Amino acid sequence: MGVVRFTLWLILLIPQLSFANSSLNMRTGVTDISENVYQLHMIIFMICCVIGIIVFGLMFWAIFHHRKSKGVKPAQFHESTKIEILWTAIPFVILIGMAVPATKALIAMEDTTKADLTIKITGSQWKWHYEYLTYEGKKGDVDFYSIMSTPQDQITNKESKGEHYLLEVDKPLVIPTDKKVRFLMTSDDVIHSWWVPDFAVKKDANPGFINEAWTRVNTPGTYRGQCAELCGKDHGFMPVVVVAKEPAEFDAWLIESQQEKQNAAQADQALLSQTLSKEELMTLGQQVYMSSCAACHQPTGLGIPGVFPGLKASPIALGDVNAHIDMVLHGTPGTAMQAFAKQLTLKQLAAIVTYERNAWGNDTGDLVQPSQIKARLGGDE
Amino acid sequence: MTSQGKLIQKLAFACIGMFGFAFALVPLYDVFCDITGLNGKPSLEQAKVSDTIDKSRIVDVGFITHIQNQAPFKVSADQAIVSVQPGAMSKVVFKAKNVSNESRMMQAVPSVSPGLAAKYMHKIECFCFEQQALEPGEEADLALMFYIDTALPLEFEELTLSYTVFDITQSGQMGSSQGASK
Amino acid sequence: MNSITQDQKDSQEQIKAQEGVITTEHDDSHAEEHHGPAKGLKRWLYTTNHKDIGSMYLIFSLVMFLIGGTMAMVIRAELFQPGLQLVDPHFFNQMTTVHGLIMVFGAVMPAFVGLANWMVPLMIGAPDMALPRMNNWSFWILPFAFAILLGSLFMEGGGPAFGWTFYAPLSTTYSNDNTALFVFAVHIMGISSIMGAINVIVTIVNMRAPGMTWMKLPLFVWTWLITAFLLIAVMPVLAGVVTMVLTDKYFGTSFFNAMGGGDPVMFQHIFWFFGHPEVYIMILPAFGIVSSIIPAFSRKKLFGYASMVYATASIAFLSFIVWAHHMFTTGMPLAGELFFMYTTMLISVPTGVKVFNWVATMWRGSLSFEVPMLFAIAFVVLFTIGGFSGLMLAITPADFQYHDTYFVVAHFHYVLVTGAIFSIMAGVYYWLPKWTGNMFDIALAKWHFWLSLVSVNVLFFPMHFVGLAGMPRRVPDYALQFADFNAIISIGGFAFGLSQLLFVAVVYKCIKGGDKVPAKVWEGAEGLEWEVDSPAPYHTFETPPKIKD
Repeated sequence: MGVVRFTLWLILLIPQLSFANSSLNMRTGVTDISENVYQLHMIIFMICCVIGIIVFGLMFWAIFHHRKSKGVKPAQFHESTKIEILWTAIPFVILIGMAVPATKALIAMEDTTKADLTIKITGSQWKWHYEYLTYEGKKGDVDFYSIMSTPQDQITNKESKGEHYLLEVDKPLVIPTDKKVRFLMTSDDVIHSWWVPDFAVKKDANPGFINEAWTRVNTPGTYRGQCAELCGKDHGFMPVVVVAKEPAEFDAWLIESQQEKQNAAQADQALLSQTLSKEELMTLGQQVYMSSCAACHQPTGLGIPGVFPGLKASPIALGDVNAHIDMVLHGTPGTAMQAFAKQLTLKQLAAIVTYERNAWGNDTGDLVQPSQIKARLGGDE
Repeated sequence: MTSQGKLIQKLAFACIGMFGFAFALVPLYDVFCDITGLNGKPSLEQAKVSDTIDKSRIVDVGFITHIQNQAPFKVSADQAIVSVQPGAMSKVVFKAKNVSNESRMMQAVPSVSPGLAAKYMHKIECFCFEQQALEPGEEADLALMFYIDTALPLEFEELTLSYTVFDITQSGQMGSSQGASK
Repeated sequence: MNSITQDQKDSQEQIKAQEGVITTEHDDSHAEEHHGPAKGLKRWLYTTNHKDIGSMYLIFSLVMFLIGGTMAMVIRAELFQPGLQLVDPHFFNQMTTVHGLIMVFGAVMPAFVGLANWMVPLMIGAPDMALPRMNNWSFWILPFAFAILLGSLFMEGGGPAFGWTFYAPLSTTYSNDNTALFVFAVHIMGISSIMGAINVIVTIVNMRAPGMTWMKLPLFVWTWLITAFLLIAVMPVLAGVVTMVLTDKYFGTSFFNAMGGGDPVMFQHIFWFFGHPEVYIMILPAFGIVSSIIPAFSRKKLFGYASMVYATASIAFLSFIVWAHHMFTTGMPLAGELFFMYTTMLISVPTGVKVFNWVATMWRGSLSFEVPMLFAIAFVVLFTIGGFSGLMLAITPADFQYHDTYFVVAHFHYVLVTGAIFSIMAGVYYWLPKWTGNMFDIALAKWHFWLSLVSVNVLFFPMHFVGLAGMPRRVPDYALQFADFNAIISIGGFAFGLSQLLFVAVVYKCIKGGDKVPAKVWEGAEGLEWEVDSPAPYHTFETPPKIKD
């Protein structure tokens, strides 16, 4: 047993010296699990390298020394039961050796009990939604969308790309370090997959079902990942960003966020009595349109024929205003047109509809106020 | 028939058989998952009340609701977590409200995590898969009565039951395929 | 024993009846005149000759390879630099999807069927395949199927964009109406494969020349026999699951829709129950080809013939119980993850045995390095590298970091391109002189080999690195830290694509003419195919050959 441990230690030492955290290799990450995973990866990699060197070494030896051009006469042997048993049994034993630490790691990864913080993660086309359910026994009461914030102009090469190109969001997920965080994943539409390489957490978000994963981050910092299951057009544009803060900082953040949520609700209420000017609505509308709608409907409003309808001269943008509002609020189930009611504020929604009804020569002259949006939502939304 | 003909016949039957097998995988999958609880689908049969209560342990059952695709419903449980002893009955009431301006129909689909615990959750009364019609602004109380089987393995201390709520207004008579009883 | 069996007599009667050819025995009950193959288009449309059909499959596969390769060039052109330059993301998804479908169902599988058609009857001493008319149908429905698939790319809404693995509900609720065409095309391809597989099994079981016992069968015949059984078992399952996608989308069923009581993960189970044996379908014939070539150019019998047969059978059997290793991140319970981790690790044992046996064949042989042998040696090294990354993927906790990244893309391209495709090219170079009677342009072929070898590694090796560094797959754009490697990969891609034009040139030139070759083209080659003339006569083994001991 001691020999096995020593060999393993030796095998692990070499990569620690040269490969860890190089741009060629998997990262060690910031959790105990991610480091364990990295080690498993290096062990199996080393085993493969050793086997490869032996087998290819023998083959290339034969290529150089057992050539007809050197006048070599072929040997006659073509079987050996003894050797065949050996080279079946030895790999089998190596695999068992590999399976043991792998099994241990997997058991640890699947134990989601006794979490300090539980967060519900919902994937949808093409963004993530985070909802803090419970933190140390109390209700979290914070939820928000996390949408990629890389500007379209960087993607279309009109602007130079920022450092975190495609890996930045407007509102990252914030979690405390040194606490066990449990994630409950589901999806609003197709299958997505939530992945943070630094945590070694990757779990599919399946519509109609709930999956669990957990992590415990050792080091504060910002960690970036991406959606890891093809989910349609913008699969490559829905990053995952997690900010891990020291517990005290996290507590402060949570309280602040809960406060912000209440403030926003109050601000929305105040809006209901206001009448916004066309200029205000169009300016805000264009801004929100570019970040929330233009990816599909295009900045030109022309959409992509056969895939995403154009809004310029469209029956919806020119037709009944309530139907238009409903479309933006509730989307069209079964298509990529999402429901934006929860993602955007009343003011933003009013601005978008106003913009769509007046831009690109649509010029209906309609102005939509936040109170109209509120009325369409009905109930106590 | 020649032996060649017989061989061809056998192979053709094998093909048809495997095509049927693909479809047989559908109920087989359900049976397998029912027995093992592997996919988190809880049993939808009405359960009988348990005889015994295991007073030596507590299991925390959390409830979350997910409104699929931001359908205009609000559904929430009156308690976020209940701590129960296996065998003891528990009742949780979900308030469901239609917050839109039109009559709508909703349907809730359950999912349990960890998946393996699903078969230990027995429901006496449940609104799973039932179609619920709600007028604009109407609120309904949907009851869930359940108990956790005393045979729940000791390593499970926490369960989460998630209801995904679908707006099935357009699909009309869809779903309710399990014929679940209340 | 030289008597032929009744079944062989029946088959021969069938063939004669179709082609109106008399043997040297002047059988008066048939037509008096001696016909050669028909002339012109009709020959190819109506042929039931295994050599003609084999050639058609191979040429079709080459055309599909170039089309699928062009799509890969579009992908690599877009990924050459970060940002979106050339195509929009929806079209990019169509390219990755159709590239995969074409390569799997249009290039690799038809090429292996083409080689089977040409070589299996020759290798077992049979005059043709058992069911020659069905053989014709098996081929001709393929161009039809692919016309439908490729045509859908040009329709409004575009072609399939949900990956060749078409997971629900992306492929059901969230796809466009052209999905029906995709389903239809897949059904037709499946029917073609199933008919081909039935044909192969019946041919091998019934039409071996007397004395050609099971343990004398060439490895290529064994691997194709086992592959054919895999095809019969799993192609109908693909047909089933693609039908479920059709009914979920258009006829209101809920197989994969949670709202109706279904489960999107069930799609993955059924699909991969087909999908995993499918990838072994795409590699077992490759093993057979390499097992024919290496002994020939080592001038030494294949090491461990019996183990090679048993290993192939074990791989085929094990391939049915590893499928969920494609699904480790779906939320499978621990027991499932452990089971599939263990079985997947296990399947590397018989595969390793085969690699050791090839090396042992070469060891102390008398090696020469003609072009087929170059490709075969490259196969052994590079397929093994693909196998190693496969073993790494089997380790479930590590797989959580590899799954759906470019590490997986690297793995399957190594086993499929430097594995299956290289073996097909090796087989073509090996048997082309037999088919045409001409030696190919050796210098040009060597250029093809060396350029392909270097460029394929520049193309696929760095994918391991970007995958480990965190780049997901099926994305049209990527973060800046992946830029340098992607540029290198794209350059390798363009070089590899261009190099294949050399292959087209070599094949074309060889068909047109070249140095004449004898029946035994290669000094160390063994097998019945080397006993007939080069080019092989239109009809061979109308009387069964005598099998040496």
